[in-house]
Amino acid sequence: MSGRSHRLGFEDGLRVASVGLRARPLRAGLSALGIAIGTAAIVAVLGLSSSSQAGLLAEIDRLGTNLLTVEAGKSLTGEDANLPVDAPARISHISQVEQLAYTGQVKDEDVYRSPLIPVENTGGLQVRATSLNLPAVLNTGIARGTWLNTATATVPVTMLGSTAARQLGIDRVFPHERVWLGNQWFNVVGVLDSSPLAPDVDNSALVGFPAARRYLGYTSVVGSRVEMGPPNSIYARAAQGHEAEVQAVLAKTANPESPSQVNVSQPSDVLTARAAAAGAFDSLFLGLGVVALIVGAVGVANIMIISVLERRSEIGLRRALGATETQIRSQFLAESVLLALIGGAVGVFSGVMATAVYASAKGWMVVIPAEAWTGGIASALLIGALAGLLPAMKASRMPPTAALRTA
Amino acid sequence: MSAESVLSLEGVTKVYGEEPPVPALRGVSFSVEAGELVGIVGPSGSGKTTLLHIMGTLERPSEGVVLINGTDAALLDDRKLSYLRAREIGFVFQQFFLAEHATVRENVADGLLYAGVDAELRYQRADEALARVGLEDRSDFKPTKISGGQRQRVAIARALVGRPAIVLADEPTGNLDSATGASIMGLLKELNADGATIIMITHDSELAGQLPRQIRMLDGRVTSDTGAKPATGSMAGGRDQ
Repeated sequence: MSGRSHRLGFEDGLRVASVGLRARPLRAGLSALGIAIGTAAIVAVLGLSSSSQAGLLAEIDRLGTNLLTVEAGKSLTGEDANLPVDAPARISHISQVEQLAYTGQVKDEDVYRSPLIPVENTGGLQVRATSLNLPAVLNTGIARGTWLNTATATVPVTMLGSTAARQLGIDRVFPHERVWLGNQWFNVVGVLDSSPLAPDVDNSALVGFPAARRYLGYTSVVGSRVEMGPPNSIYARAAQGHEAEVQAVLAKTANPESPSQVNVSQPSDVLTARAAAAGAFDSLFLGLGVVALIVGAVGVANIMIISVLERRSEIGLRRALGATETQIRSQFLAESVLLALIGGAVGVFSGVMATAVYASAKGWMVVIPAEAWTGGIASALLIGALAGLLPAMKASRMPPTAALRTA
Repeated sequence: MSAESVLSLEGVTKVYGEEPPVPALRGVSFSVEAGELVGIVGPSGSGKTTLLHIMGTLERPSEGVVLINGTDAALLDDRKLSYLRAREIGFVFQQFFLAEHATVRENVADGLLYAGVDAELRYQRADEALARVGLEDRSDFKPTKISGGQRQRVAIARALVGRPAIVLADEPTGNLDSATGASIMGLLKELNADGATIIMITHDSELAGQLPRQIRMLDGRVTSDTGAKPATGSMAGGRDQ
């Protein structure tokens, strides 16, 4: 016999700490609920912002960050400038440019569902002539139908951008689906997926350059010859790692005479900035989660104080059976921590589930930052310890005789 | 006071409060040998419950010495005193104090929870103790599903499970009808015959009259002590190991 009290083993300690929870599960559940709601809110806010960021980053990754856009800017006098007709050919000679596509906006033409639509109801849609490799360069998929080819590029047919198709009320492509474009019918051959790197394409009805020249009068005059219309957006894929070099020479290459009339941009920058913004969590909801946690902590403290008063005879009995003051204090502290931990675990689980459901509905990858769930569990632990401290002290200081006289 | 006494009190005084002081015990002295069955009898307010708490080291005397198995309780801190209670003293209460959500077997095994005994051995001892009080077939019942007399038997088994030097029983039949009370008394006598040292508190003179030794109390003083007699059929140092 060592003459001093033994510590309880883990299993006995857990059993003793869960006495109150097992005896009154409903009460324990309700007081853990506050903690659960707070933790769930915090985990879900952090999880959703991370998942939406991950979703955007994955999208950027898929689209590639090496796309550079060359657009016609303004002339010195403030008019819309055009890019030279031979700009795409010159840019394709830059050795680090791997792929290149271009479109030219047919500024005087609009697209309508039918000739009965008033001309001013353009819906903000554009008509663009396009090179045939546009979807490949932009990494844009074909939602419906087929993309233009060398034959269809010469006849009155059009491919619709995703927004344009929605505005025109075309969600599938029937054999004789057509739209009113430039005072004549154009057959619709297909609809593109959305193309985040080139939002203008989404808003456009796309036709081949030869068709634009023949049916829409989209031409330019070079010297004395009449040629196809000028491009005003050029999309160039630079070799990975050489984006900056290519970007530096693009303006001069596109328009050597007046490089200042050319705008060069890297559209993935915009998306990356948007992703960073999405990753910034919603501080309002995070704040609400913290408030719920604090309310939950008060609830746990309240329940623990009531529990100590109700269980005086149990405390007295345990002292009679040989429990030390420390063991009584540990029992109630552990019970409070256990209560908060159960709440925290349920909260983390619900937060993760909410994130998973929402993120998969949005098609994002489910990302729960480690800080979210470790923080949730750790704050539950801390709250349990703080809320249980006072009741545990009260329980351990209760004289065993007073505890036994009641009941 | 002999060195072999399992319990000995000398000049124990307990005063509650300060303004005005209320004396509950005024110089109580006696000692109990191993294997005795002692009744402490007195009307309510005579100080017997205070005496039980002091004998059980749940409370410290204002003055005087309490020796448990030769150890001076006043010299022990909370941890050592708690361990002493865990190993050497078993309590039986009038209100049983059983955990309702736990089984009979778990309640009994918890008698050893704070004595540093492995769970396996605790349950083995609990089964033995339950067999001793005749409840081996109720071990998986919850206390709410058994009768009052059976509950008190469970509480007695819990007190005995650690084979303590002393069992302190506070009005063990107080909540039971007379027939059930008589059977509990029979059980206590049997356990005493097997070697357990039992000190029982009661206000019932008739009940106390059945016991081999009676200490009568009034107003915090011992008024009579029939003195230590060898308990029937007891062997010296009746604690079985």
